[in-house]
Amino acid sequence: MDRTEVEVGVLQIYSASKERPTVTLSLSKDKLLEMYKKMVTIRTFERKVNELFTSGILVGDLHLCIGQEAVSVGVCSNLRNTDTINVSHRGHGHCIAKGVDLNRMMAEFFGKRNGICKGKGGSMHIADMSVGMLGASGIVGAGIPHAVGAALAFKMRKTDQVAVAFFGDGATNQGVFHESVNLAAIWNLPVVFVCENNQYAESTPVSAAMLVKNVADRAVAYGIPGVVVDGMDVITVYEAANDVVKRAREGKGPTLLECKTYRYEGHEIGDPWETYRSKEEVENWKKRDPIANLRQKLIDDKLAIPEEMEALEKDVVGLIDSAVEFAKESPSPEPKEAFEDVFVSPYY
Amino acid sequence: MSSHVREITFKEAVGEAMAQEMDRDSRVFLMGEDLQVFYGGGPMGVTPAERFVRKFGPERVRDTPISEAAFIGAGVGAAVCGMKPIVELMFVDFFGVAMDQIYNQAGKLRYMFGGQGKVPMVLRTTIGAGFSFAAHHSQCLYSIFMHVPGLKVVLPSTPYDAKGLLISAIRDDDPVIFLEHKGLYPTKGSVPEAEYTIPFGQAEIKRKGNDVTIVATAMMLQKSLKAAKQLEAEGIDVEIVDPRTLVPLDKKTILDSVRRTSRLVIVDEDYERCGFASEVSAIVADEGFDILDGPIKRVSTPTVPIPFAPVLEKTVIPNEERIIETVKDVVGDK
Repeated sequence: MDRTEVEVGVLQIYSASKERPTVTLSLSKDKLLEMYKKMVTIRTFERKVNELFTSGILVGDLHLCIGQEAVSVGVCSNLRNTDTINVSHRGHGHCIAKGVDLNRMMAEFFGKRNGICKGKGGSMHIADMSVGMLGASGIVGAGIPHAVGAALAFKMRKTDQVAVAFFGDGATNQGVFHESVNLAAIWNLPVVFVCENNQYAESTPVSAAMLVKNVADRAVAYGIPGVVVDGMDVITVYEAANDVVKRAREGKGPTLLECKTYRYEGHEIGDPWETYRSKEEVENWKKRDPIANLRQKLIDDKLAIPEEMEALEKDVVGLIDSAVEFAKESPSPEPKEAFEDVFVSPYY
Repeated sequence: MSSHVREITFKEAVGEAMAQEMDRDSRVFLMGEDLQVFYGGGPMGVTPAERFVRKFGPERVRDTPISEAAFIGAGVGAAVCGMKPIVELMFVDFFGVAMDQIYNQAGKLRYMFGGQGKVPMVLRTTIGAGFSFAAHHSQCLYSIFMHVPGLKVVLPSTPYDAKGLLISAIRDDDPVIFLEHKGLYPTKGSVPEAEYTIPFGQAEIKRKGNDVTIVATAMMLQKSLKAAKQLEAEGIDVEIVDPRTLVPLDKKTILDSVRRTSRLVIVDEDYERCGFASEVSAIVADEGFDILDGPIKRVSTPTVPIPFAPVLEKTVIPNEERIIETVKDVVGDK
């Protein structure tokens, strides 16, 4: 693995290669299993909500991140509870990676009163401030300056907290992305900008939306490091994030971390993705599946036996099933609750 | 702090409120374009260098790049994480480049997240015509902030109100849009040196009268007071209600006044179509139909871009003459 000191204006490439040491120094068996379990939880959760949505039980609009699990888990595994994240509309994975309660998360998808946002936000506008998940957003790129503001608060209060903004490749064509990265750069704020480049902004391929080869190339324009990693490999993402989170925590400023990844499903459930990408392309990316590959590696490296993995996977299925039960049994909001929480003050 | 009362300008009252709150609460900080030294401190000179950047330092008096969406959005993020940012948008006309952060983010965050998180941010901005600044630097636009949920909208008309309302805004736990009319900055009034607050949602009757109620804000309040003097000479006794905050709006004081006078004129510098005046008209027509003895009239800016040439600008911005004419028209129905 090619790793050198991150320097301003220098593009670093981290990639999963065959030469990479079998077990890296910072990753114990427990940590690897924990990351594996989180990725499996995200995928199992999303498959379940997909099934519930398709069968008409869930309503609204759901954006799945199946295929991209290594990014949220690899990054969030470096964060403390007091660190914060802001995420895009495709935020289920980040919620789970940051530790949002599965029952209350599922109840939110069901629009129930004890959903994490009392049924006011749904899948696209979900937050759990108690674990530092400051919020998803239905507006592309809108959460990026919030992470900058969080980092500004941390710097002004002299804490060592770090703020992370997660967004897609599409968001990097929004003006507010460029304004926010620049602001964080000139103020040297403890923020990490994580671009999940899943190759498409809805149906538009990255190549049709920008001429630069990597989103991370854009970091050069703001005088901060840009890092590109294989976003299909959780260990690679973990290691790169470890560096850039540490860099932020030590007061050395922001980084733009681009994780090359892929969403197996459409932009949203029901999206006819075959119209803008080939089955071969999707199948090729699936060969690099972050969950299957980590599972194989754990077994090959004799860090776990298949029975252990199966027990863990079964455990996750149980957790998701109980979350669905919890959500179904939860009460609906009272109509009067539509008028609550507009302001801290009682009126609206 | 003494309870000494002095004559100071509207501009000084705004600055004093911020400086005193920054002394009182280390979470309060300023962020915006050219606040530190431009024109002695602030694009309008509201944040004099000796009172702000030299005293509190550049960490708490932050000059930003011209990136309104980013610094207003950063204000939202900082507020959620426990700070109390006062963000300055140089002219309200510029909100278009940052509106998502104002109405979709600041205004909706707490609701979307089911009551999690607070956004105690004040967004200060300047409004108003009268300087031949034309279409991009002369508007009021507060009606737009009233229209969307989640924003408190404050519109002072005197130095006393400016200080008390701004201190309330800074201490408030919700996002507040605080609008300062450029034409009011040099106006003087009595202001206590000590800190005080004015609660939101409490209109003030700025002039008692019996024949007709005028609801007026900001510069239009000042113009209405002058018009009322002339009308008094002609035997028309005008009552003037200043709502002071548009969200929350003190409907009761407005309706109580109309109950006494039976006539209503709303003087509003914002565009007429779907404006603040239209909202007050709708409320009084809906909740006070029986107490009216004549049609409600609006004196607003016609819904055209604000023109440059002084003669054209004067044509569209409400003045004493139009106020007097409209009041006579309404009272003439008696």
